Amino acid sequence: MVFKMAKLTYIYDNGERRSLEVAAGANVMLTAIENDIPGIVAECGGAAMCATCHVYVDESSLKLVPPRSVVEEEMLNSTASARLPNSRLSCQLVIPENIDEFVVHIPPSQV
Amino acid sequence: MQTIPVSSIDPYDEGVLLDPYPYYSELRDLGPVVSLERYGVYAVARHQEVEYVLRNHGIFCSSAGVGLANFRTDKPWRKPSIILEADPPLHDKTRKLLGGLLAPASIKQFKEDFERYADLLVDRIIEQGLVNAVHSLCIAYPIKVFADAVGVPEDGRELLMTYGDMVFNGFGPFNKRFEERMATAGEAIAWVTENCKREKLRSGSLGERVWQAADRGEIEMDEAPMLVRTLLSASLDTTAFMLCNAMIAFGNNPDQWELVRNEPEIARQAIEEVLRYRSPFLGFYRTAVQNTEISGVEVSENQKLLVLIASANRDPRKWDNPARFDVTRKPHGHLAFGAGIHGCAGQMVARMEGEIVLKALAKKVKEIRIEGSVKPHFNNAVRGFDEIPMRLIPF
Repeated sequence: MVFKMAKLTYIYDNGERRSLEVAAGANVMLTAIENDIPGIVAECGGAAMCATCHVYVDESSLKLVPPRSVVEEEMLNSTASARLPNSRLSCQLVIPENIDEFVVHIPPSQV
Repeated sequence: MQTIPVSSIDPYDEGVLLDPYPYYSELRDLGPVVSLERYGVYAVARHQEVEYVLRNHGIFCSSAGVGLANFRTDKPWRKPSIILEADPPLHDKTRKLLGGLLAPASIKQFKEDFERYADLLVDRIIEQGLVNAVHSLCIAYPIKVFADAVGVPEDGRELLMTYGDMVFNGFGPFNKRFEERMATAGEAIAWVTENCKREKLRSGSLGERVWQAADRGEIEMDEAPMLVRTLLSASLDTTAFMLCNAMIAFGNNPDQWELVRNEPEIARQAIEEVLRYRSPFLGFYRTAVQNTEISGVEVSENQKLLVLIASANRDPRKWDNPARFDVTRKPHGHLAFGAGIHGCAGQMVARMEGEIVLKALAKKVKEIRIEGSVKPHFNNAVRGFDEIPMRLIPF
């Protein structure tokens, strides 16, 4: 079965947007790192241990994300920028199948 | 399905441990999965497969033991760890607790103490002249700053290294090396048992916070001393050897030290490169919980897999010039701390210690000079040193 590609968009504080075409299953943190998207540090490489891949999920995409694990829940208390109700660690976010766009906002600082 | 190549390499042989990289290269070139005939286990040595196995904890579990022994068939040599050798959901409650304690927001309270002691050690070593860096710096540092953070008493702490050495030898076969360490670890085990008790721990320490979590019912009461012990055993030998590796790497590559000296802000990235270039942890095991495949190679349920993270960090399929120590490299994706849900919980502490030590050195030291030959320390899972004759040459 072939799924359509989705658009993954990162939006900065100043309104700047970076969009990439990604396949279902792409990890939001790894995609940023592989494509040199600034603002996602991800020092621990996805072990949910550093809280430096923090993003705010756009309201339009909130229905696309799974609930937080207990470990992510704990680590979100450790973010450099304020924790908000739509705060997530992008290492825990995967692009679902058959969606048009997934949008996250990059926080002002990660460390 | 591909047939699986067989290798006679013994990853625990002294000759291999002395310089494992040529052997790892051979294993990587044999195939994505290799059978190690001596132990009846499979090994993954390439970056892609190592990362795949680590990120798929649902297929490759930890609860059958992260050492060579398979707990599904063999009796564990000690009670399995409730974090390292546990799968979700059991793993998650412990990970949540240690994750919170060791997260950046929690450990920044220690930063100033860590910095002060690094400055003091560097000054002292400059004055002493020729020292054994293993003891004067690499062990002295974490055994002071991190054991302080955990909150154990000062007296007798050097036994923690003996304890860690025993624990890490347990990741391999029950060979002579392991038997010898077990036979001489009595005093260390007694010290650790005594000093992880609640009344021994400093008020406000990480160790005390573990006990408080037990009070709140987040973990069982008898799990509290186990986790305090884990904080200590996992954090000292590994960090000490990371610092050893940094001293050797910079000692042998003065041009790279010059880069850090001139621009101390890259210390954080430089320590990442040290971790990639010479990973303290060589490898550990996962066990397949179902019939599966890795890169087209069939792997049966119950098959034990040696996951060679130190090899992944030198895989030319992933890295340009992997054998070159280059602090300007962005070594993102190195697997020295593992990856996925079992990725080292203390990694942010290790990074902080490494960065602080490099920055303290960069303020004062023109040259890290290794004088004479280093003496390796043999262990089944971590690669370290007993002696590094070193002199710090000030500006």
